[in-house]
Amino acid sequence: MSMSAVAAGSVRRSLRASHRDWAGVVFEVLLLLSLLFALVTLFVLLADVLTRSLPVFAERGVDFLTSSLSSRPEKAGVVQGIVGTAITAVLVPLLAFPVGVLTAVYLEEYAPDNRFTRLITVNIRNLAGVPSVVYGLLGLAVFVAAFAALGLGTGRNIVAGALTLAVLVLPLVIITATEAIRAVPSTIREAGFGLGGSRWQVVQALILPSAAPGILTGMVLALSRALGETAPLILAGAVLGSFSTGGSLRDLLAGPYTVLPIIVYDWARKPQVEFRELTSAAIVVLLVVTLFANAVAILLRNRYVREW
Amino acid sequence: MAQAAHPAGGSTLVGRPGRRRSEALVKAVLIGASALSIAISVGIVLSLLAESVLFLSQIDLSQLVAPGWFPRRGMYDLATLFAGTLLVTIIAMGLAGPVGLLAAIWLSEYASLRSRNRIKPVIEILAGVPSVVLGFFALTWISPNMVKTIFPGANNFNILAAGLGVGILTIPLVASVSEDAMRAVPRSLREASYGLGARRTTTVIRVVLPAAVSGVVAALILAVSRAVGETMVVAVAAGATGGSLLTVNPLGPGQTLTAAMASLATGSDQVTGDSAAFLSLFFLGLLLFLLTLVLNVVGDAFVRRTRQRY
Repeated sequence: MSMSAVAAGSVRRSLRASHRDWAGVVFEVLLLLSLLFALVTLFVLLADVLTRSLPVFAERGVDFLTSSLSSRPEKAGVVQGIVGTAITAVLVPLLAFPVGVLTAVYLEEYAPDNRFTRLITVNIRNLAGVPSVVYGLLGLAVFVAAFAALGLGTGRNIVAGALTLAVLVLPLVIITATEAIRAVPSTIREAGFGLGGSRWQVVQALILPSAAPGILTGMVLALSRALGETAPLILAGAVLGSFSTGGSLRDLLAGPYTVLPIIVYDWARKPQVEFRELTSAAIVVLLVVTLFANAVAILLRNRYVREW
Repeated sequence: MAQAAHPAGGSTLVGRPGRRRSEALVKAVLIGASALSIAISVGIVLSLLAESVLFLSQIDLSQLVAPGWFPRRGMYDLATLFAGTLLVTIIAMGLAGPVGLLAAIWLSEYASLRSRNRIKPVIEILAGVPSVVLGFFALTWISPNMVKTIFPGANNFNILAAGLGVGILTIPLVASVSEDAMRAVPRSLREASYGLGARRTTTVIRVVLPAAVSGVVAALILAVSRAVGETMVVAVAAGATGGSLLTVNPLGPGQTLTAAMASLATGSDQVTGDSAAFLSLFFLGLLLFLLTLVLNVVGDAFVRRTRQRY
């Protein structure tokens, strides 16, 4: 008996680590530093932009948001950008979301496993990786050219821009919606068919509502991406200056336009120091829009997306 | 005999004609929506190809080799743009590769569920910062506060700052794809390693990472593709609006494939119509499209390999 007690004691002693695993500690510190780097970068970026923009908001206040673009820094504002971004935020969802969700429904619920289906899937994955600036060329060669051919001036209008952005985010919408639909368990589908529902009835009454939080999350992320994109719109013809927000709806949709990221790009390249502050202020407005949308998407997902 | 007992059986299961018609209509609409994505790809390829052919037919092929990229002066030196792109990508990956991978290891192997749930959203927020904002940050913060403190002789506009900006932009991508790969490694492998008396560090480096290697490689390849295609950070922070001489100096201004396109389409450099300079946009677009397509296809193949293994 005492023998086994001694044995147990020595086993316990040898199982207890006799020294600290310093290499392990160093490794973990390295890991934490990397993570910290990412977090600190975000913090520094936000803090830097905010402090630079403070003088503008303190001096100008709402005036900055309601003034038009100007080459004189003390008068320049971003109202055209806000209007342009708002119009884009309406048009892009209208154009991209229905097509995206319908494609996802087809791929998950209808498509047979054949060559056509595989072609579409591979194609969508590749489209998601095409650099955004290339979509700008598509917009220029197809949408802008089409509007110009229809006799709408140069064709460089906000509808062409919104079409370009819609095409850009379409793969993202399709992929996230596909994942959300795939996560709905097949028992729900089978219950629907068991009750005599047709395929479409099952989709619209059972599957889409069950997958709605996931689909919605993808949509908000896609919208946030679209509103922050600059490169495709530079190519597809967003310009500065002559965007009139006071005119008729036709002028608004068919005339020259600009959006917030384009203003940031233009001001960021101006050499005057005053424009540094203005750029920061415009960035704050842009970040309020895109990061708010992002935060909403993350919240939506963490709160409502069900794990089945 | 069964059929005699239920004469209407077969046709009942087929459904009423009206219902079948509406189902067929729905299906046709869905197929139409799906085919649109094919049309988009065809549109991209056709428009890039057509204008590129036009571009190549308008210029003398010897113009593709010149001392630099000055499209308005007929100097279309591709080496300049590829050197710039390569430089930016190397710098970006030098930052995003280690940082993203190590952050992913912590999130996947060390973090408690609570800290993971708090930290992941912050990284996702970083992924949501528009690239033009990072360009401004690279120009006005990274360049003066980091690059110029270490290298006082650096230009305000420099490739190093732009590359670091692109790197910051790709950290979330590397982190999330490789974290997914590591979390897909079954618990049993880790437990076997601990059962053999391995330390946590050993388990991570010798067991989890090798098992997740395809996913990690995929993350890096996709990040390279993203860095190659990133436009705005370079367009804002690397300067060189009009054109650029061939350079491999990371402390001076430079031009990448993407930034050259942005500057061709902007401001005083705006070129329109059917001039060769304008058409060169599409030629660069085609090169960029092909380059990223290859990277994405390879990266995707690696992602699928991780999924299939377990």
